[in-house]
Amino acid sequence: MTDLKKRSEILYFALRNNKLRIGLAVVLFFLVLTFVGPLLTDYGPYEYVGPASQPPSSEYWFGTTTFGQDVFTQFVLGLKATFLVGIVGGGLGTLIGVLVGFSAGYRGGVIDEVLNMLTNIVLVIPTLAILLIIAAYLTVRGILAESVFIGFTAWPWAARAIRAQTFSLRSRDFVDLARLSGMKPWKIIFTEIAPNMMSYLLLVFILQFGGAILTAATLDFIGLGPTNAVSLGLMMNNAVLWGALILGMWWWFVPPGAAIMAIVGALYVTNVGLDEVFNPKLREM
Amino acid sequence: MSLQVENLRVYYQTLRGDVKALDGATFSIADREIMGLAGESGCGKSTLGNGLILLTPPMRFVEGRVTIDDEELPIWDMERMDGFRFRKISIIPQYAMNAMNPTRKIGKMTSELLESRNVDSRATLPELERRLDLVELTRDVLNMYPIELSGGMKQRMVMVISTLLNPSLLIADEITSALDVSTQKAVADMLVEFRDREFVKSMMVITHDISILYQIADSILIMYAGQLAEKASTEVIIHSPRHPYTKLLISALPKVGVKYAERRLAGIPGNPPLLLDPPVGCRFRERCPVAFDRCLQEPQFIEVEKDHFVACWKEFERDA
Amino acid sequence: MLRLDRVSKVYKVGTFGGKELRAVSDVSFNVEDGEVVSLIGESGSGKSTIGKMILRLISISSGAIFFDGMDISTLSGGALKEYYRKVQGVFQDPFSTYNPIFKADRVFRTIHEEFYPGVKGREWNEKLESSLEAVGLNPEEVLNKFPHQLSGGQLQRFLIARALLLDIQFLVADEIISMLDASTRIDVLNLVADLKSRGLSILFITHDLSLGYYISERAVILHRGCVVEMGSTEEVYYNPLHPYTRMLMACVPRLDEKWQDVEVELKAQQSGITSGCVYYERCQVAGKDECCATERPALRKVESDHYVACGQC
Repeated sequence: MTDLKKRSEILYFALRNNKLRIGLAVVLFFLVLTFVGPLLTDYGPYEYVGPASQPPSSEYWFGTTTFGQDVFTQFVLGLKATFLVGIVGGGLGTLIGVLVGFSAGYRGGVIDEVLNMLTNIVLVIPTLAILLIIAAYLTVRGILAESVFIGFTAWPWAARAIRAQTFSLRSRDFVDLARLSGMKPWKIIFTEIAPNMMSYLLLVFILQFGGAILTAATLDFIGLGPTNAVSLGLMMNNAVLWGALILGMWWWFVPPGAAIMAIVGALYVTNVGLDEVFNPKLREM
Repeated sequence: MSLQVENLRVYYQTLRGDVKALDGATFSIADREIMGLAGESGCGKSTLGNGLILLTPPMRFVEGRVTIDDEELPIWDMERMDGFRFRKISIIPQYAMNAMNPTRKIGKMTSELLESRNVDSRATLPELERRLDLVELTRDVLNMYPIELSGGMKQRMVMVISTLLNPSLLIADEITSALDVSTQKAVADMLVEFRDREFVKSMMVITHDISILYQIADSILIMYAGQLAEKASTEVIIHSPRHPYTKLLISALPKVGVKYAERRLAGIPGNPPLLLDPPVGCRFRERCPVAFDRCLQEPQFIEVEKDHFVACWKEFERDA
Repeated sequence: MLRLDRVSKVYKVGTFGGKELRAVSDVSFNVEDGEVVSLIGESGSGKSTIGKMILRLISISSGAIFFDGMDISTLSGGALKEYYRKVQGVFQDPFSTYNPIFKADRVFRTIHEEFYPGVKGREWNEKLESSLEAVGLNPEEVLNKFPHQLSGGQLQRFLIARALLLDIQFLVADEIISMLDASTRIDVLNLVADLKSRGLSILFITHDLSLGYYISERAVILHRGCVVEMGSTEEVYYNPLHPYTRMLMACVPRLDEKWQDVEVELKAQQSGITSGCVYYERCQVAGKDECCATERPALRKVESDHYVACGQC
């Protein structure tokens, strides 16, 4: 009876935590929109569909651009790209951070020193400069390339944090007991240490996800994003480029900007909520 | 009479209900008496010791009366207790030696503490220095940071600070646990000296280590599962206890001179009851080798001989 | 069975690893077959470090440890696993030895997976039940529970049952009962003593002198990483020769006699160990001269089973 209570205690608090509910609801809303949206529109993103620079109307829900493209279509497809970058970029960042963090934290010694140096180097690299160079060489870039780039540069803080946690868990007696049972190191890491950090790893992923989206939006906005896809950041880039600010075409840049803010904000709020769920001391009860 | 406690009940509030951690304690400590408070984990000794001086949530005062030097001690009232703390009643909390602010010099910490109690720290400085000499700490200690002192020195420092205003009752909560053997002896001896020099009138020494109590305590109070089991002078408790729990507990302690090959000691089978929903009657009933049907009723803590209190029906029967 | 030959453990501390911390210095002693040896020392004496070195959880800086004649410091991989079939350990804190998010009997499953992969379900269950009964636990009451649902005493017994599953020859018991209540301590201690009848050798690490006396045939007294005295328990306890041992015997609180009026001088933090006797700073033996401060005394045989490391005794 009591062990059931312990497991569902997490669920109990999770379902009742307002921050978690609101955050997840917002993210879910946009996710659903990603799938449902394209079904609601018949146009392509860069297709000329109607009169240019039209404010939102019943026909063009988000209005049209200076080229007469449907903003709603662009928006909905851009959402898809955003989520893709979040999952691939964030996921890759988390994966590298986990591998590096666990190795450095568990092994210590020389491996730790080497990985620390690597982490510091990647941390210090001016990613913008590298990206500019890449942009100069790769004139055609896709969403995937952008995600991978973000993943390879966003992992250092995750690796640091995971390393610290692993360090402290490693010296616990149950890890010694596992060693005395003849377990191999990676088995110990994944079956003894990682499960104790599950909540932390989840939080890391959420932050990486949100961070990747934000980074992608920034890169797209300054024109270093993918060349052959639609994304929310790109929308904002185009909007500013083609005078939407001056001409007062708010429907072109406000929806994508608001969407990014909403998604990333909701993810961070979810993060705080999850923290409260996993750490009983933070609960407001 | 230094301390008198009547029918004190302090429960812990939890989501699942009240944990009856201290359920009906009635005893007294005379002037110049060092009473040891002993028992195993969960018996309520820490609740009793801390409840007398700082009854904060999740502890909840249920009922009872505490008087110190014939004056009522309003332990449920945080504000009024402020006037008593440090002056009439003082505590050396568990882990006190590790709780000193690492970024403050000890002298500064002490003077801040005194000022917060509305005591002129400058006026008490000579007395402080005298006490430091007594416990063999140099006066330079006041200019050091806690990290520069060893465990024994920190413990002695905390003892000096806690007794600076000559409280009537000093509560010492597990103050010898984390020390090595020689420091333990020095600290324990120091407790006795404080009483002999009348820096404190009486003491309540809370510990799970009964052998230390044998060395320094005048009397011992044994607790079990939130209730009092037996109180008597140290000699009586160690050599002729009457409560079944005390008897089993004392006989379960290894002594130098007893070898497993010669005489196998026995423990007490089973576990103490959970106090969320304690059993009816005597709480030791289920593990007691001499329990009988009367034990379904809760025994009172009664004086069966001079200065010897027991809560056991079997023992009452013997005397009747 | 187990022999330590001038084992040392040195840690590099300080910025840039400049300074050295000698946790264990040149320790040598034996544990014979079917013998219980107490390793007695206070905090900082290095006793736990020695236990961990025997269990190969910490590397050995210098010296060697021989188990049945084999040098264990070079073992790795499969050979190390074989070593763990014969040598296991139980630690001080029962609640930290278990991974809190898993059930307690997972420790048995780990042994099953790692050491007995071929043993089928029913046979394994029988083996498990007989191990549990051997340590005085009722399988129905204790299986399938989380660590926080069991008591400290039960958890420690679990760990002993785990070691018995492997049919070990040597057990390192590091302060295994110091965190238990007095009434359960003695039962677990009796259990450990009973294991001797199965042919087990035990290294019983403790700071509590009365426990050492109760259970062991021989005692090794450790101070700041060095062996200061060792021999049969009777000899060491009733005829202590080293000033440190004498101080220990005089200061430990006993239930059968009161403290003598022994003046214990309290000193400030001890400085780092240099050469010379480790007890030099606190030693009260009159006439301690220069040689105690500069030369570390070697362990000298005084009687048939009694060795002391002291220049003045």
